[in-house]
Amino acid sequence: MDKIIASPADAVADIGDGATVMIGGFGGSGAPIELIHALIDVGPKNLTVINNNAGNGHVGLAALIEQGRVAKLICSFPRSADPKVFTELYLAGKIELELVPQGTLAERIRAGGAGIPAFYTPTGYGTELAEGKPVAEFDGRSYVQERWLKADFALIKAELGDPLGNLTYRMAARNFNPLMAMAAARTIAQVSRIVPTGDIDPEHVVTPGIFVDGIVEVSDPRQEEVLNREGAVYP
Amino acid sequence: MSAQIDAIKLSNAQIAWRAAQDIKDGAYVNLGIGFPEMIAKFQPEGRHVIYHTENGVLGFGEAPPEGEEDWDLINAGKKAITLKPGAAFFHHADSFAMVRGGHLDLAVLGAYQVAENGDLANWSTGKGGVPAVGGAMDLVHGAKRVAVVTDHVTRKGEAKLVQRCTLPLTGLACVTRVYTSLAVVDIEGGHFVLREKLAQISFDDLQALTGAELKVAGDLADLTVPEL
Repeated sequence: MDKIIASPADAVADIGDGATVMIGGFGGSGAPIELIHALIDVGPKNLTVINNNAGNGHVGLAALIEQGRVAKLICSFPRSADPKVFTELYLAGKIELELVPQGTLAERIRAGGAGIPAFYTPTGYGTELAEGKPVAEFDGRSYVQERWLKADFALIKAELGDPLGNLTYRMAARNFNPLMAMAAARTIAQVSRIVPTGDIDPEHVVTPGIFVDGIVEVSDPRQEEVLNREGAVYP
Repeated sequence: MSAQIDAIKLSNAQIAWRAAQDIKDGAYVNLGIGFPEMIAKFQPEGRHVIYHTENGVLGFGEAPPEGEEDWDLINAGKKAITLKPGAAFFHHADSFAMVRGGHLDLAVLGAYQVAENGDLANWSTGKGGVPAVGGAMDLVHGAKRVAVVTDHVTRKGEAKLVQRCTLPLTGLACVTRVYTSLAVVDIEGGHFVLREKLAQISFDDLQALTGAELKVAGDLADLTVPEL
């Protein structure tokens, strides 16, 4: 078995119009910039994207949005240092937003990957973000029912990967990546380095390869913050 | 009165300093992005406080020197951080298990309004624009104690401590202590209970700047902070 894919372009080639795509990262940390840029090149439209944020500047997710490829965004915090791309489209009514509290977003994705269709959380009870959702009382406290989130594809970023798809992460770049890996029909990981099977100590595997369908090596990946400081624009 | 209030009120750094004095040795604490983050700077010496950030780090320290940032190592405000010995990384579901599961001792957040029943409004001004919530709604229902740091009144002079919030709620009955630019106020049994106030303001003047009744139970102390 070998899940290695030759290039980012090959890795995202099957993503078509109308797909739901989870994109890992929290701000720029853990964001698979090269996979997102490859997705822009491939050109699918009308995407539903699940990410914590709504991009920053004119690279990565912001560039995907700026190119008009995203019909709907599911996120917790669509603000950033330079949120102009999302803000203008949103205020013009050209992109739909589903705002989800951050912990609920994480748990909905985890539930999707874990086969749990819904769960109850205290988060959001009594607020407008819980309007229309079922509520139940457990041990005298009220909770909101939230549903799982699943996707057609997950594009994630990891540090080391082996041909079986086992992954490790780097510092806080882990964030949503291991959860999204579990919750998509097809998960593509860009990794900074592919190592031979057996080189990652089983004690250190964070995402077991069963959750990963393809890995592509992007050595020396670019960071969104650095690109933005350089004033980069993609494409 | 507003010019006089502006002359005596605490700066954000002083409010943060006061809040830091109450954080106990060994506490696990989440500080909201922006102003609350400043509290870490004023942690009293000799106390070991472990800071949590939503994006998956426990035990982070100050910002690195400019030019030494590692953008894989940031806090919830997307600012570069450093690690302290004993730090840990984890994914977002574990991070919010720490939050919702009641494992954090304290969360300190900013506020647009706090009501006497403990309701908090801090995520939306309700005026349109782009809404953003982040982890605030999770934090208010997870940490063992939720405190707020805030100016006592808005820039226009309107009360931020109110009977009932008029702005969209972040959480119900969740705040237990408020550190303001004029006072320290607890929320107990659906009431504001004044614990400390600046010596330079009278109780009546403070009450006039507060949108609900301030009760006094036991000793009322002076709110004293250093020049910062």
